Amino acid sequence: MPRGTFGFSRASFSVFARVNVMGSLEETCVSLRAQISATEEQLAGLKRDLALAEAQTERENQETRGRWPLLPEEYKRYGRQMIVSQVGLQGQLKLRSAKVLLVGAGGLGCPAAQYLAGAGVGTIGLIDGDTVEVSNLHRQVLHRTANVGKYKVDSAIESLRDLNPHPKYVAHRTHLTPEESPAIFKDYDIILDCTDNPATRYLISDTAVLCGKPLVSASALRTEGQLMVLNNPPRAPSDKTGGPCYRCVFPKPPPADSVVSCADGGIIGPVVGTMGVLQALEAIKVITAPEVVEGTARPRDPPSLHIFSAYSSPLVRTIRLRSRRANCAVCSAEATVSLDTIKSGSTDYVFFCGSASLPSLLSPEERISAREYNQKYSVPSGSPPSHTVIDVRDEAQFGICSLKNSINIPISSVLASNYAKPAHGQEANQIPPWVPPELANNTDSTSPIYVVCRLGNDSQIVVKKMKELGLDQHGKRFIGDISGGLRSWKEQVDPEWPEY
Amino acid sequence: MVESSTGGYPIPITVEFTGGLELLFGNERKHKVVLPAQLEDGSPPNISYLLGYLVDNLMQDQRKDMFIMEDSVRPGVLVLINDADWELEGEDAYELQAGDTIVFVSTLHGG
Repeated sequence: MPRGTFGFSRASFSVFARVNVMGSLEETCVSLRAQISATEEQLAGLKRDLALAEAQTERENQETRGRWPLLPEEYKRYGRQMIVSQVGLQGQLKLRSAKVLLVGAGGLGCPAAQYLAGAGVGTIGLIDGDTVEVSNLHRQVLHRTANVGKYKVDSAIESLRDLNPHPKYVAHRTHLTPEESPAIFKDYDIILDCTDNPATRYLISDTAVLCGKPLVSASALRTEGQLMVLNNPPRAPSDKTGGPCYRCVFPKPPPADSVVSCADGGIIGPVVGTMGVLQALEAIKVITAPEVVEGTARPRDPPSLHIFSAYSSPLVRTIRLRSRRANCAVCSAEATVSLDTIKSGSTDYVFFCGSASLPSLLSPEERISAREYNQKYSVPSGSPPSHTVIDVRDEAQFGICSLKNSINIPISSVLASNYAKPAHGQEANQIPPWVPPELANNTDSTSPIYVVCRLGNDSQIVVKKMKELGLDQHGKRFIGDISGGLRSWKEQVDPEWPEY
Repeated sequence: MVESSTGGYPIPITVEFTGGLELLFGNERKHKVVLPAQLEDGSPPNISYLLGYLVDNLMQDQRKDMFIMEDSVRPGVLVLINDADWELEGEDAYELQAGDTIVFVSTLHGG
């Protein structure tokens, strides 16, 4: 949407001001209806003018082009890829007339858009409702430090224009919604899924299948990435010769608590960058592919999943995927998902994928706020009252910053212990190896134990475990956690605490 | 290799975990596993048997439902038999052969 939207919001603001004076609700409605129809008329007029202007520009461009289909500058700019036989002039012309939509302008979308713009794709749409954060910059290579706080799509398009002014760039400053996805997708030829959550991934795949668009889907976390070209060729639902969709490969979504984000799990920039670049490559391959003539058997690449693993050899492993699923909810003859069920909301993606529940495992008496903990144990002189702090973040995070005198016991080592819970009535006398010696050898001590983590979720799990082991001596020894974890510590106690 | 009393040679295979599943298996991606040639009921070991074997013998994390749900792999995990989706090979009924590589891939969602 252009900056003109500000004009609209000012207009509606003045309507409300007038409405209050008039007072009557009925008059308000009449006035609003009149305003809406006038504005709609104005919008229709603008759209007509734009279409005329665009047609005129196209005519003029063709005239200046004369007998050559590309501008002189375009031959120079794209020459290095045009002399590769897989692209050629025909491929370049296909790229110029192609319309590519990238959903997500983050770690995948930035490098993908950069290479597609560089290659001369004619129309590049970007959709993302997020704004640029400092923690994005290590991997989201189109965004500049000066653009922190700006919409990602605006920041990205700014960089893309610097790189190549020829393509038409379309900014959608919103998260993809089921209501809008069909209308947005229909204006594009191919879709790139550069998002970061299962619900949006299913929405993108379903809409792509039902709008008949091939889909290049990628994802990344920590040191690994995955890439698939789906719905390719993009045949009608029930046509078995079409490529499989995301639902054919993953008919059921993963349990919500097994889904890890880059914010929680971490991500190495070049890993997600590699995946974004590969998405651009696959999109170029799909766009420039020679037409398949019916009857001639040109073998297509079979549907595949490419797995990139930065610390494995080989770096990439390719897996043959199944073809379309005979009972797929979207692309089979038994489909239950349609554009109508998507738009109306009866296909409910949030419900389908669920959300991770973070139940409060501990009672308020088993928790202490960061402020209270600090008041109790940070004494200006002398030594604080005896107690133990156990930090259950993993080693890498503990190495970045940790509370004074805290002990690191990663939650993974607690959960990996095969120690069985003692049967009812049986005394807990076996202590698993992760329990530090000072606690294991001193089971009569009643000095309190505090567990802390990044956000205050894992700490609750570990408190529970320790109590199951009987380390609290049937309530004689306090074991609890610092609620809200080290994030609260920064908010309530130490503003200089590093936030990572 | 020694022929076992139940008949046939033990079946050595390679099992790999990726996409974060390795964190449930001692943070080791690649494991060598030797399965018996025959199970107690005389049948050869298949993927279904392997799943139980992995949970009982190789998995270190206590959260079994991060790997197995309703007697199969949890949604979001792909099983690959020698680099092909297990659905191309008969899913959990596939009978393991010496030298097979079975890969378990958890889907990633970050981007």
